[in-house]
Amino acid sequence: MKSRFTLRLIVVVAAALLAAACGSGDSPETASPALPPTESPSDASLTATEEPTGAGAAEDGEMSGIDGTTVTLISHDSFALSDETLEAFTEQTGVTVELLEVGDAGTLVAEAILTKDNPLGDVMFGIDNTFLQRGLDAGIFVPYESPALADVPADLQLDPEHRVTPVDYGDVCVNYWKDAVPREPTSLTDLTDADFYDQMVVQNPETSSPGLAFLLATIATFGDGWEQFWMDLRENGLVVTPGWEDAYYGEFIAGGGERSMVVSYASSPPAEVIYADPPTDVAPTGVITDSCYRQIEFAGILAGTDNEAGAQALIDFMLSETWQNDVPLNMFMYPVISSATLPPEFVEHTAVPAAPLMLDPAEIEANRDAWTERWVEIVLR
Amino acid sequence: MSPSRRRRGAATVAWAVAAAAPLGFLSIFFAYPVLTVVGDGLSGLGELLASAPIRGVLWFTLWQAVASTALTLAVGLPGAAMLARLGPKARRVVRALITVPFVLPTVVVAGAFEAVFDRFGLDSGAVSLHHTVWAILLAHVFFNYAVVVRTVGSWWAGLDGRNADAAAILGATPARAFVHVTWPLLRPAVAAAAAVTFLFSFTSFGVILILGGPTRATVETEIYRYAVTRLDFDTAAALALCQLVAVATMVALAGIAERRRAVARRSAGRTVSRRSRVVIGVNAIVAIALLGVPIATLAERALSTGDGYGWANFAALAQRVPMLPTTAVAALWHSLGFAALATGIAAAVGVLASMVVVGGSARSSAKGARGWGAAWLRRLLDVGLTLPLGVSAVTVGLGMLLALDRPPLEFRTVWWIIPVAHALVGMPFVVRTLVPTLRSIDHRLREVAAVLGAAPLRSRREVDVPIASRAVAVGAAFAFAVSLGEFGATAFLPRRPDTLTAPLALFRLLGTPGESLRGQAMALAVVLMAATALSVLVIEGLRRTDESLF
Repeated sequence: MKSRFTLRLIVVVAAALLAAACGSGDSPETASPALPPTESPSDASLTATEEPTGAGAAEDGEMSGIDGTTVTLISHDSFALSDETLEAFTEQTGVTVELLEVGDAGTLVAEAILTKDNPLGDVMFGIDNTFLQRGLDAGIFVPYESPALADVPADLQLDPEHRVTPVDYGDVCVNYWKDAVPREPTSLTDLTDADFYDQMVVQNPETSSPGLAFLLATIATFGDGWEQFWMDLRENGLVVTPGWEDAYYGEFIAGGGERSMVVSYASSPPAEVIYADPPTDVAPTGVITDSCYRQIEFAGILAGTDNEAGAQALIDFMLSETWQNDVPLNMFMYPVISSATLPPEFVEHTAVPAAPLMLDPAEIEANRDAWTERWVEIVLR
Repeated sequence: MSPSRRRRGAATVAWAVAAAAPLGFLSIFFAYPVLTVVGDGLSGLGELLASAPIRGVLWFTLWQAVASTALTLAVGLPGAAMLARLGPKARRVVRALITVPFVLPTVVVAGAFEAVFDRFGLDSGAVSLHHTVWAILLAHVFFNYAVVVRTVGSWWAGLDGRNADAAAILGATPARAFVHVTWPLLRPAVAAAAAVTFLFSFTSFGVILILGGPTRATVETEIYRYAVTRLDFDTAAALALCQLVAVATMVALAGIAERRRAVARRSAGRTVSRRSRVVIGVNAIVAIALLGVPIATLAERALSTGDGYGWANFAALAQRVPMLPTTAVAALWHSLGFAALATGIAAAVGVLASMVVVGGSARSSAKGARGWGAAWLRRLLDVGLTLPLGVSAVTVGLGMLLALDRPPLEFRTVWWIIPVAHALVGMPFVVRTLVPTLRSIDHRLREVAAVLGAAPLRSRREVDVPIASRAVAVGAAFAFAVSLGEFGATAFLPRRPDTLTAPLALFRLLGTPGESLRGQAMALAVVLMAATALSVLVIEGLRRTDESLF
């Protein structure tokens, strides 16, 4: 199988390069004159991004010939937006979006790589920074630098070659049940304190993306000391679950469990308020902001698409206010553009960490298996 | 050409057509996708088997499946005895009720189990079930109880009770009569139920991960880990190959036990003795404790609202929440539609296949060389039709994704691939209940019909159809329930949001924090259970024939 994958990789990379080369050469009149000057340092090396053929297409679908075409968007099963949002895109550009959803984020990336010589769609949304390098290495994306990136903070744009575009982000943080903790926890080291004996629930990083994010948070915090942290955490009474649902609803107090601390999201307290029963004005949970690991979700155009201009228009639209303002209450993630507005619950009931933890995607890819294996040895054996 | 030869020629054509449909279905939607994945595993197999941790995983997978099967039989066989002793109406209701666990997503059941452990103090301390093998075995009994009780119970009800009565009159104790008379007649059904339970336990995924705790791994969970988390497709494929070989071996072995013929299926009127009443009573308690307590826990959660108890969570299912592309009620209708379609496919393919598997067995033995190839074909179909139950959802799902991706077989994103995938898992139930039943039909009944002047087709219609229809209904009801609750291979198939099914909606509701979302998820689980029980009642009530006739 390895050899077949290598072959596919070569074919796809070659095809991508060819497409990139042709893209810059043909029909310059379709290139939008409204394209802002590019700022990314790596742009000079990538001809395709200098004159993206469909840039600005969101405004003039008819001119670029994408009116009446269809773009297939493939995403994970947490994807959710208002009906009006995708309809607005079709109204603006004449492009119809066909949505396909598959499994969780990990399954999505695995399948995109497995099917890369005959991709399932034109655009993929939902690859995050913990799996990003895997997708980039497999060569499943073609670069596109959206003009709308001008409104996106630079620290969210992890790929200088713009093979992927940041669309939303969230923070994986330790949540605690306010009424059940002996004192308010404020840092990761609190978790190993005797005050919090038998209180913590984590997800297995091998089967859960918040679980993996939390492992990375400890590595980003403690460096080489992460192993000792986990030994101490285990000593302090730790429960490991395979996924988020069984952690949050099985072991954590929220679902009738007995533990007061769990790995979840910074947006979980707002969700607890919005979907409270009976209604409440006070979130029952809080987050340890020092424990937050930033998860950025990206979209990318899949190599092999036959509607690259339509795909580019969709990427542009993902960074529009229409899409971005729709993100928080549907997916419980944060918008990436600075002009987006947050719902009041997201402002009142949670805190956005000033300096969230993050690791370089390439470093994650190089070490992920070794880290998780070591984690299994420390925590489970 | 003499008329008889012409008739035989026509029969051969009919047989070929009957064989081609299930073979084609199985080849395109199962064998080809699975071989696409597993074919790559051959090179890595030696290395895999040499690894001590993997051998440990293989061993654990095998013994927990064997233990789960044994335990389910131990709990289920008395349950089957109970079912056989109930009157037809009560039997129908009980059969429908015990099917309910089938549709419950593991994460929901696990939550209910943990709550039960908690309530009875089994969560920690001296007798802890939390994250133990016992929790796994218990959950497997919970899920598979219906397989044993329904398969064996229906069969038992159809046995001629006069044989055991005769033994009793000749002085045999009830135990002796059971061992020497009833048990040999039950064996085909027990073998079929054991095979299905074994396959379910062998490939169980959520139960192992959630209830077994993070240190337990089976072949199934390892395939997922290597394929999806590690992107190590070589190892995943080699594991999938191991699984396929192990499962095929087990199915073939079970087939040998099942192939023994049972005769004399005709039930006499039964009187419920005092001893039977004790059996029924004890079993009702076991069944209620095992199935009822976790289900009651779910119902309690569904009914509990912020201010006490009420129907608010159920009412909310009609409104769309942002996490779902449609309402939960619409998702339920999608599920029912898919289940109807999947059941239709499973029943049609399963009936044809079962006829082929059984049909010529009497003829072929007399026909020597020509029958030899046909016998192999039948054996292949028999095993092949059961395999989808025992092959990893990852293998089937990714296999479909990779194999069915180009014309003329470009099916990976069509909407009907979902009911087809459901039908693959439902079909084994139809085949496993129908094949032993068809084998058991006393051919003298057909001869009697012939003597009375019935043409061959007529005798089939009058003799085979009424007897077989019960087995088809039992199998089809399983297929329907499996489809309603399916969350396996289809998790790997890309799907349109407007085909959201109820189990997927339930998962999504549980994916965001918030007490009201959780309440709605529990309410949806309860509605799903009710829909299952009702559907089973309807499907098994469709037959016009009265069971007491045979």
